[in-house]
Amino acid sequence: MRANTTRGVAEPGAETTAPPAGAPGASGAGPTQAAAGGPAGSFGGVLGALLANARDLTYQCMRCGFCLPACPTYRETLLETEGPRGRIQLVRAAAEGRIGLLEIAAHLDLCIGCRACETACPAGVQYGAILEQVRPAIEERAPRRPVERWARTLGIGVVLGHPAGIRWARWGLWLYQRSGLAALVRATGLLRRLAPAMARLEEVLPRQPAPWVRTATHRPAGGAGAPRVAASPGGGVGRRRVAFFEGCVQSAALFEVNRAAVRVLRAAGFEVVVPQGQGCCGAVHAHAGQYERALEQARRNIAVFERVDADYVVNIAGGCGAAMKEYPEWFERERAARAAAAGGHGSPANGAAADGVPAAGGDGWVERARRLAARVRDFSELLADHPLPPMGPVDATVTYQDSCHLRNVQKIVSEPRRLLQRVPGLRYVELPGADRCCGAGGIYNLTQPAMSARVLEEKMEQVRATGASILAVANTPCHLQLLVGARSSGLAREGLKVRHIAEILDEALAKGPKGG
Amino acid sequence: MAAGEVWLRELEAIGGPGDVVVRPGDLAAYGYDATPGYRGVPDAVVFVRSTEQVQEVVRLARRHRLPVIARGSGTNLSGGTVPVSGGIVVAFARMNRILEIDEANLTVTVEPGVLTAQIHQAVEERGLFYPPDPGSMAISTIGGNVAENAGGLRGLKYGVTGDYVMGLDAVLASGELVRTGGKNVKDVAGYDLTSLFVGSEGTLGIVTRVTLKLLPLPEYRRVAVATFGAVEAAARAVSRIIAARIVPATLEFLDRGTIGAVEDYAHVGLPTGVEAMLLMAQDGPQPVVDRDVERMAVLCREEGALDVQVAASPQEGDRLMAARRFALSALARRRPTTILEDATVPRSRLAEMVRAIQRAARRHEVEICTFGHAGDGNLHPTCLTDERDPAEMERVEAAFEEIFAAAVDLGGTITGEHGVGLSKRSYLGWKLGETGLGVLRAVKQALDPEGILNPGKVVPETTRRRQVVRSA
Repeated sequence: MRANTTRGVAEPGAETTAPPAGAPGASGAGPTQAAAGGPAGSFGGVLGALLANARDLTYQCMRCGFCLPACPTYRETLLETEGPRGRIQLVRAAAEGRIGLLEIAAHLDLCIGCRACETACPAGVQYGAILEQVRPAIEERAPRRPVERWARTLGIGVVLGHPAGIRWARWGLWLYQRSGLAALVRATGLLRRLAPAMARLEEVLPRQPAPWVRTATHRPAGGAGAPRVAASPGGGVGRRRVAFFEGCVQSAALFEVNRAAVRVLRAAGFEVVVPQGQGCCGAVHAHAGQYERALEQARRNIAVFERVDADYVVNIAGGCGAAMKEYPEWFERERAARAAAAGGHGSPANGAAADGVPAAGGDGWVERARRLAARVRDFSELLADHPLPPMGPVDATVTYQDSCHLRNVQKIVSEPRRLLQRVPGLRYVELPGADRCCGAGGIYNLTQPAMSARVLEEKMEQVRATGASILAVANTPCHLQLLVGARSSGLAREGLKVRHIAEILDEALAKGPKGG
Repeated sequence: MAAGEVWLRELEAIGGPGDVVVRPGDLAAYGYDATPGYRGVPDAVVFVRSTEQVQEVVRLARRHRLPVIARGSGTNLSGGTVPVSGGIVVAFARMNRILEIDEANLTVTVEPGVLTAQIHQAVEERGLFYPPDPGSMAISTIGGNVAENAGGLRGLKYGVTGDYVMGLDAVLASGELVRTGGKNVKDVAGYDLTSLFVGSEGTLGIVTRVTLKLLPLPEYRRVAVATFGAVEAAARAVSRIIAARIVPATLEFLDRGTIGAVEDYAHVGLPTGVEAMLLMAQDGPQPVVDRDVERMAVLCREEGALDVQVAASPQEGDRLMAARRFALSALARRRPTTILEDATVPRSRLAEMVRAIQRAARRHEVEICTFGHAGDGNLHPTCLTDERDPAEMERVEAAFEEIFAAAVDLGGTITGEHGVGLSKRSYLGWKLGETGLGVLRAVKQALDPEGILNPGKVVPETTRRRQVVRSA
């Protein structure tokens, strides 16, 4: 040990593997300059460039640890490797070639992706962007069992990757429930043995309406037909048209919630159109490291909603809304990575791409994504302060579990609460730790059932302590996860209902004004 | 290595299932703390749950001549938990029980892995008060606070962690357990061993249990904020407040750079063209608090404050305190690397110290903003830089060297609350002198003759030569 260890000087204890910073604003060392033998060096092309971007983003982390109390998996394990700071430093170590990229895969897989660490981070580290740019490289190399590979391809690629897949899922689910197959499966306990996490979900699925029932009448783009519903007595707000985003799992498994949301939007005086051809938002693909597929979903949705003349694109799932609001970043990253891979000194890759830089391929997707993102609104964001017709009383104690992506990515915290509190008769109680993830995390409850269940169990204890009879939600995976939680904790038997905010409002509006 | 496998097997026999980390990919996550620029890799991490386990680990380490590094949450800021020589990291995160709150004796006894904020919560529920509040308290452990003798925002009125440690258990390098102090308010049986282990950064023993002093919870709190057109005016206001025999619970300082960064980041409506800002808080019985806060406001106005705001309600107080809360966040976003230092001077020399910091930053062409605990002279010159730029890092090092020298010249010290660890070792002689260092080495040699407890930390092998700086 030398005594005079000083910062930035090559001595024991001093960090020296960091690549030199480039010119101000330049995105560090390109993939070709990465540490020899490091994975960043062994990945060529776009994957390598994305990895280099992720590495550069890790330098913003000052390792203060403020993210740790916010992280559900750190709180459960108290392991540095299962917290945001550890994951960021492990990504850095792998990208600098100090450890292998696959050595960190399990730790990244255990991350629920709730992004609470971003809200807690003083230094503004873009944890989500780090994760989404590392995962494609890991996905490329990760050895997976054939059955797992097949399940991922079928589930994420085929079903969630195409609007037709989502339609088939609706038919399949309806047939499954109607044909007696569901009863058979439950009676034999087959699914419980094969895929217990899947079985828990299957047991709480609401009874599906017939697949030919539509959310709303589709109106062709630009068609300015007469509204089907009389404008509600509003507070002098001009009549607005909104395009409704249906979601994939949402429209396949929680279809009635979509219908309730559309009824509420119409009651609020909006003209609602549901464009055909929309698909999954792509969040699942982005989280799984399938960035090409994620972009495919984004392009489809951008194109579909571009054709609709609507003031807003409304969704009722915090995760989908977050993804759509982040579409511009997805395309900016991809554009910069392609430029870097092509050997150009690409513009900074992390959200700072200058406008007017011709994108490789010149497709203008960044700009188109920005135009869509500017119109995207969450249901409660749109309605929190919007005039509503008189509502009938809902005699219930209601608590609300934040959607992590609504809260931590979209930064929408007070709106859902304010919206609920407008319902007459409803007694709102704040859920302690509502800002903490419920463990749903998109498909996390299927990929990491054990950790998901641990986080859920704690959540349900908190719900029990509120004494609420209704648990309000604002996101699809949370909705399903908390249905599972209500059942497994026994709270469902005691009368706890898990309901989307839209359903609660729909019920209050259906009752109409008191004595009216 | 066969020898390596032997100690590893022994270690796995000590730790419970899932309590030992040995995979290289995982060990990388235990090679750093919150200090920029330092990194090591441990040979293993063991999560301990009892004092006996710690004793066993230390005995094992002694047999195999392995370094032992105690670790809480790794939020320390001087490199103290970086395993620069490898070895075994003893992680306390899972040894985290509050053992007893003794309301008759006003003490709380805890295991080292309890988070400081959890202690606050537990004792405040009973109307009691544990004053030390380091900025990291939401995640830092009490064991770490004791090892570093952590301070916080309430140090001026209430003191620091060490002022509240009444007794502790520590495992020595021999594996034996020493029990110091206790629940006695007065206890002078022999040397003050409790104080010896407080702030020793895991180099003399490993603390496994702590008994802390509690106070009654103050019934009322009020906040005021004042802005100034010159650092000197703010410093004079601080001196006037102290001279008026007011001891506020909090008296925080922000310089122009910090204020600008806060405004850019949080848009809290701070006036521009402000050179310094003071955040003042008092707690206690309401009439006393109201009187003190009003008098502080008057003193600030007399010293030429541009603007003084007194909070009308606790919520308003929180809003005024927002600027201080956002300081680190605002600064940390500016550049990739944020180096938070803690040069400290007697509070009467505050303005001179702020000027010395600004001079050093200008001379070495680095960006340093300053905020901190004006009331106790504990400043946080915070450098915004990029660790990937070696040339700039050398200038940063030179600037801090000048800042530490200035602090010592003003009768101050090289660290107020972050500890010496790795990053301040070579400056320690400036503060203690050769004789002082000799005492330090003698103590270390007596308690840890084989040098297995956190080797390479605190005690320097050599001291940096002071650069003679011409006053500009």
